[in-house]
Amino acid sequence: MNEMKKYVLDLRVLEVRRLHERYVLIRLTQKEKLPQMMPGQFVEVKVEGSATTFLRRPISINFVDYEHNELWLLVATVGDGTRRLAALQAGDWMNVVGPLGNGFSGPSEGLSEVLLVGGGVGVAPLLYQGAALKAAGVKPVFLLGARTKNDLLMLDEFRKYGEVFVTTEDGSEGERGFVTQHSVLQKRHFDLIQSCGPTPMMKAVARYAYQQNIECEVSLENMMACGLGACLCCVEKTVEGNLCVCKEGPVFNIKKLLWQL
Amino acid sequence: MATLNVNIGNLKLKNPVMTASGTFGYGLEFQDFVPLDGIGAIIVKGTTLHHREGNDYPRMAETPMGMLNCVGLQNKGVDYFCQKIYPQLVPTGGTYIVNVSGSSPDDYAECAARVDKLEGIPAIELNISCPNVKDGGMAFGVTTKGAASVVRAVRERYHKTLIVKLSPNVTDICEIARAVEAEGADSVSLINTLMGMAVDIEKRKRVLSIGTGGLSGPAVKPVALRMVYQVAKAVKIPVIGLGGIMTAEDAIEFLMCGATAIEIGTANFIDPAVTIKVRDGINSWLDSHGCSSVQEIIGTIR
Repeated sequence: MNEMKKYVLDLRVLEVRRLHERYVLIRLTQKEKLPQMMPGQFVEVKVEGSATTFLRRPISINFVDYEHNELWLLVATVGDGTRRLAALQAGDWMNVVGPLGNGFSGPSEGLSEVLLVGGGVGVAPLLYQGAALKAAGVKPVFLLGARTKNDLLMLDEFRKYGEVFVTTEDGSEGERGFVTQHSVLQKRHFDLIQSCGPTPMMKAVARYAYQQNIECEVSLENMMACGLGACLCCVEKTVEGNLCVCKEGPVFNIKKLLWQL
Repeated sequence: MATLNVNIGNLKLKNPVMTASGTFGYGLEFQDFVPLDGIGAIIVKGTTLHHREGNDYPRMAETPMGMLNCVGLQNKGVDYFCQKIYPQLVPTGGTYIVNVSGSSPDDYAECAARVDKLEGIPAIELNISCPNVKDGGMAFGVTTKGAASVVRAVRERYHKTLIVKLSPNVTDICEIARAVEAEGADSVSLINTLMGMAVDIEKRKRVLSIGTGGLSGPAVKPVALRMVYQVAKAVKIPVIGLGGIMTAEDAIEFLMCGATAIEIGTANFIDPAVTIKVRDGINSWLDSHGCSSVQEIIGTIR
């Protein structure tokens, strides 16, 4: 894949929409046309006003609306840094470096059914990936897992681009259980699975894909500093040795990882 | 427009702003953000004689005003650098310095000798201060004898500008600086990271894979500044100052304390264009204070 040109952008906050007690959707724009960004890539966001936050926060690209020149970031508030981001208001500025990382594989010859499996804030990049697949004539199917109905995010947005299947651990929405237990996996055939979410979920998805001999990509979120492949802090062990999740990832084909499947 | 050029031994730099090893990759990673030929010198990632995988993940812990790392010198070895990376650097027009590390004086010397052959690399920085490797690294940098033995071995086989990067994890950094000066070092750079530790109280474990790591960022700046001030008085060779520089004002503090040039490290992670901003900021400061050259402020704090 050609490396995308990277930028430092000062973006204007259009809206910070609270979706959940732990999640906000931040819509950003700028006067100039937003640069090309690939689904699965991320940006490094500067946090202002937090005494304990020194480094930028890597946030995956939730959606890019080129028509309205908007970048969407879905932010989970986990510490003081992300809480500051969630406290931004319309009209504030956000400084981001990006787009970073490799992104998910795009549509290719012979690809017809793609399953996008997400959990928690990991659903974020799947929206943009689903939209890109649909635009290219490939039907994405979303399989989204959460603890309860209340934890499911942006379902209406996902439904714009493909079928949406849901599991919840308490059965309050969709099928009860984990994503890998959903009946859609028995009923349908998929050429490719792309997943982002908690590591145990992605490992379960990877195991399923491996057993079924389905191509599978997962998006990792190792702790990182630079986001540019310079500091070598976020490495993952792979068949090619230690690779930077920020640069050679965050998306890896499971064949490249040393996960015990 | 003040003149910014400085000399480190025979090495002529167009400005005193350098990048600290391990924080700027090979420069290529930052091409979209800064003109690489606008930086005084780019010190590339620590390079060893043989390929090293480095330490296990997690290798990083954020701290207030800084970060800890225990990367452990991950690199593909000096031959890979010479054959695969060096040819990519030449066309950028930048000035590159290779940071050389090793686990024995012979290792250092052999690695340095191979870099000596690269026409476009005018200097090396010897890393005798990496706190994150068991063999070598900081072990050499914390005694005068160890530091001298590495510099002596390298000096025999390396003929260009030799900078030695010092560890702050010592009782008296001046005696180490004097020891490497006596063995023929052309310059010393300081400080490498301060050894530290982070704990996860929920897991009741140390955060970093090897338990400890090197602290960098603004948190270490006052310590670095004090050491640069002391070492600049203790040796005659030029001193390169680094440790937590985020702004032109920080850089000017180091210059006034006796640093002939400065390195920017962790700040590159926060602002990938910081090097050029610091260069331009030094220039504006000199202009607004009626200085025609950066030389006018170097070592002015007695």
